[in-house]
Amino acid sequence: MKTYKTYADLPGAPIADVPTQEESTAGWRTSRPVLDPKNCSKCYICWKFCPDTAISVNDEGWPTIRYEHCKGCGICAAECPKECIVMEREV
Amino acid sequence: MTKVVMTGNYAQSYASKLARAQVVAAYPITPQTSIVEKIADFVASGEMETQYIKVESEHSAMQACISAAALGARSYTATSSQGLLLMHELLFWAAGQRAPIVMGIINRAVAPPWSIWTDHTDSMAQRDTGWIQYYCESNQEVLDTVLQAYKVAENPEIRLPAMVMEDAFYLSHTIEAVDVPPQGDVDAYIPLKRSPWLLDLEKPTRMGSFMGPDIYMEYRYLVAKAMEDSKKVIVEADEEYGRRFGRSYGGLLPTYRCDDADVVLLTIGTASCTAMEVVDELRKEGKKVGLARMRVFRPFPGEEIAKLASSVRAIGVVDRSWGFGHRGTMFTEVAGSIYRAKSRPLMKDYITGVGGRDITPQVLRDIYLDLLKAREGGDEMEWWGLRRPEKEVNRNA
Repeated sequence: MKTYKTYADLPGAPIADVPTQEESTAGWRTSRPVLDPKNCSKCYICWKFCPDTAISVNDEGWPTIRYEHCKGCGICAAECPKECIVMEREV
Repeated sequence: MTKVVMTGNYAQSYASKLARAQVVAAYPITPQTSIVEKIADFVASGEMETQYIKVESEHSAMQACISAAALGARSYTATSSQGLLLMHELLFWAAGQRAPIVMGIINRAVAPPWSIWTDHTDSMAQRDTGWIQYYCESNQEVLDTVLQAYKVAENPEIRLPAMVMEDAFYLSHTIEAVDVPPQGDVDAYIPLKRSPWLLDLEKPTRMGSFMGPDIYMEYRYLVAKAMEDSKKVIVEADEEYGRRFGRSYGGLLPTYRCDDADVVLLTIGTASCTAMEVVDELRKEGKKVGLARMRVFRPFPGEEIAKLASSVRAIGVVDRSWGFGHRGTMFTEVAGSIYRAKSRPLMKDYITGVGGRDITPQVLRDIYLDLLKAREGGDEMEWWGLRRPEKEVNRNA
């Protein structure tokens, strides 16, 4: 991502040239979801319920958590029918 | 030269056609409706090549214009009063996103009580949104100003939206002969250019998205700077218009017989041409009075006012809008600029013409005579022409 020293370096209008997903917006998280794939059935309920697209599915079809984007709301942990996701305190 | 007899509203419609507005998004509201009706006629008859978007509210109308501007299209809309208030949130978006939209505003009183008549509270309440604000006094000025507004708004150094105001019914529904300039001349004055910040599928960007405290302030400063820089551009656009079309309006704060004036009245909108007649009358009687008209309220002509204030004994402000809990909207801003004046004149705020009550020559004559008598320690504000109970009238006598 570009960095700007002064207002004179900015484009005239507030335009971001990187997609939202590439921008780190996880700064206020207090606990992190940790996924243990042992019992995971690849139902993708966590992926569906994540309100902020912080869960993606990798090439082998496993859900993975994108920590630079996850705000730690805990919805995935609450919704997982196999209880594969636990929330761990970070602060 | 083609003279067409038209209302102030049709002057807006003709101007948007001359400007070749590519997108018009509109929602009807009295007394604005006939502007967009006429544009619909132009589109239906093939005289105007425009994407005409019928929307479900003014909020959506403004959003459609912002999106059109993001794609580089010249866009136009118009509204009044409650409709403008509903747009309020998106007015900030338009300015912050640097969308050079031009919007016609028919100044109409804000409810309650429900009213459709002239009052400036609706647009004055938008003063901090980052829009350039023009206030017109004739139908000809309306047409000319819409074209000037595009010139200023689309200037690459400015890129801010602009509102062109006219008083409900005094202009919106009153017919006047208006010179309609040839299309080719208008094209030469405001050629269609593509915006530098286009949405582009090949090179995706996000507009108006989340940005942190490290950069927000700088973006707001850029809007403030563009607004400040627009003062010069507004004056230049007006002068260039004069050279090309033979009409110009005196920039931000046109003045009338102020050079040796003892007292000056500051007016806005249609009250100004009435006031010019009263100035002539009073001058014949030997009274040294002058007039200044707030043609542009944003950016605010603070330096011009400070300069004027240095040479007169008293300034009266005729306000058709006020801020509850303080003073008339113009008065507070005029007073705020006078600290820069070399000497401070007396000031008095006349709240009048509210909700379409007529500002007749007699009203302005009485105000001038009152201002000529103004003295230090006197009343600073008066609701002029207010129907008061008798005991209050006596107390003031």
